Amino acid sequence: MVAFGQFMEVLIGGLLAGVLYSLVALGFVLIFKASGVFNFAQGAMVLLAGLALVRALDFLVSHAMPMWSAVTLGLLFAAAVMAITAWLIERFALGPLVNQDALTLFMATIGVTFVLEGASQMLFGSDVYPLRLYPTDAWFLFEGTFPGGILVNQLDVLGGLIAGVLVAGLAAFFQWTKTGRALRAVADDHAAAQSVGIPIAWIWFVVWLVAGLVALVAATVWGTKLGVQFSITFLALKALPVLIIGGFTSVPGAIIGGLLIGAGEKLAEAYLGPYIGGGIEYWFAYVLALVVLLGRPQGLFGERIIERI
Amino acid sequence: MFKTMLALASAVVGVSTLAAPLLADGEQFLPALVYRTGPYAPNGIPFADGVADYWTLVNERDGGINGVKIVHEECETQYATDKGVECYERLKGKGPTGAGYVSPLSTGITFALTEKVPGDKIPLLTTGYGRSDSRDGSVFAWNFIAMGSYWTAADIAIQHIAKELGGFDKLKDKKVTLVYHDSPYGKEPIPALELLAKHYGFIYKGVPVTHPGLEQKSQWLSIRQDRPDYVLLWGWGVMNSTSIIEAAAVGYPRDKMIGVWWSGAEPDVTPAGENAAGYKALMLQHPAGKFAVHADLEKYVVSKGKSVAHDNFAQVLYNRGLINSMIGVEAIRTAQGKYGNKPLTGEQIRWGFEHLNLTAERIKELGFEGMIKPLKFTCQDHQGADQARLHQWDGKAWKIISDYYTAEENLLAPMVKETAAKYAKDKGITPRDCSNQS
Amino acid sequence: MLYREAGQFKASYSADMAIFPIRQDRMALYGLLAFAFVGVPLLATLHVWPFDDDYLLRAILIPFLILALGAIGLNVLVGYCGQISLGAGAFMAIGAYGAYKFATGVHIPIPWPIPWPIRWPIRWRLDGPLGGPLDWLDVAITLPPLPVLSSILLGGLAAALVGVLFGIPSLRIKGLYLAVATLAAQFFFDWVFIRVKWFTNYTPSGSVAAPELNFFGLVVNSSVERYLLCLTFVMVFAFMVKNLVRGNIGRQWMAIRDMDIAAELMGIRPLYAKLTAFAVSSFVVGVAGALWAFVYLGAWEPLAFNIDRSFQLLFMVIIGGLGSILGSFLGAAFILILPILLDQVPYALGLPLSVETVSLTVYIVTGALICCLLIVEPRGFARLWSTAKEKLRLWPFPY
Repeated sequence: MVAFGQFMEVLIGGLLAGVLYSLVALGFVLIFKASGVFNFAQGAMVLLAGLALVRALDFLVSHAMPMWSAVTLGLLFAAAVMAITAWLIERFALGPLVNQDALTLFMATIGVTFVLEGASQMLFGSDVYPLRLYPTDAWFLFEGTFPGGILVNQLDVLGGLIAGVLVAGLAAFFQWTKTGRALRAVADDHAAAQSVGIPIAWIWFVVWLVAGLVALVAATVWGTKLGVQFSITFLALKALPVLIIGGFTSVPGAIIGGLLIGAGEKLAEAYLGPYIGGGIEYWFAYVLALVVLLGRPQGLFGERIIERI
Repeated sequence: MFKTMLALASAVVGVSTLAAPLLADGEQFLPALVYRTGPYAPNGIPFADGVADYWTLVNERDGGINGVKIVHEECETQYATDKGVECYERLKGKGPTGAGYVSPLSTGITFALTEKVPGDKIPLLTTGYGRSDSRDGSVFAWNFIAMGSYWTAADIAIQHIAKELGGFDKLKDKKVTLVYHDSPYGKEPIPALELLAKHYGFIYKGVPVTHPGLEQKSQWLSIRQDRPDYVLLWGWGVMNSTSIIEAAAVGYPRDKMIGVWWSGAEPDVTPAGENAAGYKALMLQHPAGKFAVHADLEKYVVSKGKSVAHDNFAQVLYNRGLINSMIGVEAIRTAQGKYGNKPLTGEQIRWGFEHLNLTAERIKELGFEGMIKPLKFTCQDHQGADQARLHQWDGKAWKIISDYYTAEENLLAPMVKETAAKYAKDKGITPRDCSNQS
Repeated sequence: MLYREAGQFKASYSADMAIFPIRQDRMALYGLLAFAFVGVPLLATLHVWPFDDDYLLRAILIPFLILALGAIGLNVLVGYCGQISLGAGAFMAIGAYGAYKFATGVHIPIPWPIPWPIRWPIRWRLDGPLGGPLDWLDVAITLPPLPVLSSILLGGLAAALVGVLFGIPSLRIKGLYLAVATLAAQFFFDWVFIRVKWFTNYTPSGSVAAPELNFFGLVVNSSVERYLLCLTFVMVFAFMVKNLVRGNIGRQWMAIRDMDIAAELMGIRPLYAKLTAFAVSSFVVGVAGALWAFVYLGAWEPLAFNIDRSFQLLFMVIIGGLGSILGSFLGAAFILILPILLDQVPYALGLPLSVETVSLTVYIVTGALICCLLIVEPRGFARLWSTAKEKLRLWPFPY
């Protein structure tokens, strides 16, 4: 019974941790879906959004503003920063690179990553800034059944809820708004979409903006977890296996991929790790993703790759 | 194909020759390998500020070391080994006599430079980090691991645990888990802990955390299941605060956690907020807060607007930077006693390090009373001191909670000797004979 | 005017197929090689500007040459065969640790009496309670410490073997999916070299130091000697790779790159072509890794070969020009030297900027320049170079 309780604890913890990765992976998916750009800068965008938010909050709170209005204003400020960033990226980096091959676009986003990492630290500082928006305590469930109960972190649950709301919101946005439909049209075939009068530059700006806002949401959760600091950019590397398991083009795939990766890596660390020395979760996630890809080269929910001569 | 390269290369050199006239002849050049950006910046900035401010203080208050002004130049390493090596190569030859000594504040860069400094004849000052076996000055003639190694840190942490438990005999069958940064830095204490575990009969377990340590859920869930009596934390950067947050999340008592002195500064606890209250860490002898030297700093450096520090003034790592610079400056002063009051070469300063004797009176004169204990390097002993104490974060500030402990040299010295001898054998170094040197 | 090929007749097939068919190119190359092999060492020994201290050699030219070699290796895979790899750092690490093991003596215990399924997990459990040399098991493969040159080459070979293994998924996974999948190799080997103490000869911290660089009795120590060593390696491998890509196998790689299904229909075996590309690429990258560790760093930990190194090499390949040896050199020069140069500009100009500002500005400028270059010429420096050469041919009378 104890063993089962421990297993459940690791499993639940892993699933929830995975959803937090999904928050970052979602940004990748949105941009890849709409423009075929593999956006490595997502991690840097989380850093920028987090720094903008936390620095604005610090400033406002130190000027005796009540917490709630400070949070609202801070979020608005960070959103504005992300909007400007989205416009700059679209206008100066990726707009001129339309129709280049995927590798070039990928490299361009790494260039953007450098710029964002430099600029965000220059504007907002390179120290560590604590952010406390959500509770970080834990619940202990089923304490009667299992000794010590099953530990569930409140922040992780909240992160999961936020991710769920975000996915539902994005689905609704894609399904029912005019911009959302235009976005799907661009994703299918941007030349065709342009020919029926969809303003493609605007659509791409919207995509980068939405990805920026997703980054902001991710930053609130991860910033509370870690404190806002440069290391947050490494999240991009934790999100990549999530992304390839789910498929580059699937929003629900990012969530499912997150669940799989999270549970897989935590279980591996807890049950396989002690035998081979521990610290394996980092590569285990990638190996898991590799194994899935061997079965389905487009990821679990990605669009089927059709090759013609 | 080399044209572009050569053009760029000659531009580089053109640039560095342009820079040369800035250095006057009668000045001592000291390089500073710092990291003010990148993943470890929150910890790198206060240390670098302390280092720079103390040098400024020496120039402003005393007009230099016995009249020899210090000029320094910083180079950004971002904690990366190859960048650190490049910085070292860039700065080692500057100034009239070349770099006086280097302090990279990174275990990785320390390892790489350990191979290079004997050839360049520049001493390597690593205050409380680097190779634990570099204490053996007969093999590591150019390394000075001042004030403490990770092995002495491990021993002192265990001594404190024994004291809390009420005696070394109580350690038997207690579980002590080490949560460590999975790199040479984090792995350095393991041999010492294994040895101590065998000696005192406690059960040691190591839990690695992959760089940079953003995600530690599985590690802390295993700790929750394992319920060790104490957790030692050997982290750096984001890993420290994440460990404390995760410990709070799994309900592990923070006052049973003891960090090494690189896991016991303000950037490590502030992100965890009130969850960090109760967390303990070793001190590299000195605490946070203001001492006599800070009054001088405020008078000669801060008030003149020459300080590079912001809100990290008198924080733990800032103070450590001050001490690092102070040891270097005093070594130069010692060397000047033999070679004269002029800019000295690295080789001469090495002599100064090896004969540095910071007595309690001298420490008081320098304004460091209450921060550190006396320190004395010899030809054989390049560590100079083995004391440390502990402090605890009460949610707002670090509070000192223990007296000085002295590391159990009977246990550690053979290990230092053995690994240093192995290194000497691998590298074909004949250890110096220290018995006839004063 | 000077750069005309008029009057240069090719009287044989071999002349027609020369690597540098134009005489002026050949002359320039010979001049450069002579300068690199004789001029630079001479200037450095005489301490003539810009070689008046060994900063230029040690901190710029040596890493430049080694990374150019790495970029050449990666270019085989990414540029010629079209398989995107983010695992180059791992293969450098395999080369480095492999060479280290061969140079310090290999000792692999083989516990014969134990059947395979049990033996395997035990063999890997080196950090746990069974840690320490497995000498209690009776049989072992033991190699004496090998000379440095053969160690470096064997390190490359080890990388090639692992490269083939990690190349197998490329038969099924393509494009960016493959790129992310190669990260599995990167993170796996980061972990292996930290965790498996056998690779680091059981040093307590897991950081290892290079053995003495003894080439047939000649000890390479000074920066000039180190530079010449790297230069020799780079030149040999550059010509080897250049000839490989001009031959049958290179053409197969390029066919796979341009369209793998069409290539397959034409009778090119993707298995053979892709895996040879992985093998050759990993071999060269592995040798570069061994040099990076032995010649440049001297002592290293796995962090020296982390994912940043992989990205750095990929950048060199792409900025330099996919499918170009010359591009690998240009890309390496740009990516390595530009940040170092930018870092020193404010200090040289006497601008009172903090090192933090400078370093962040370098970040921003480097990133922006990379984006600019990709926009201006997505095919990299090599393409710019050949455009310039075309222009030069017609200069000063373009039509």
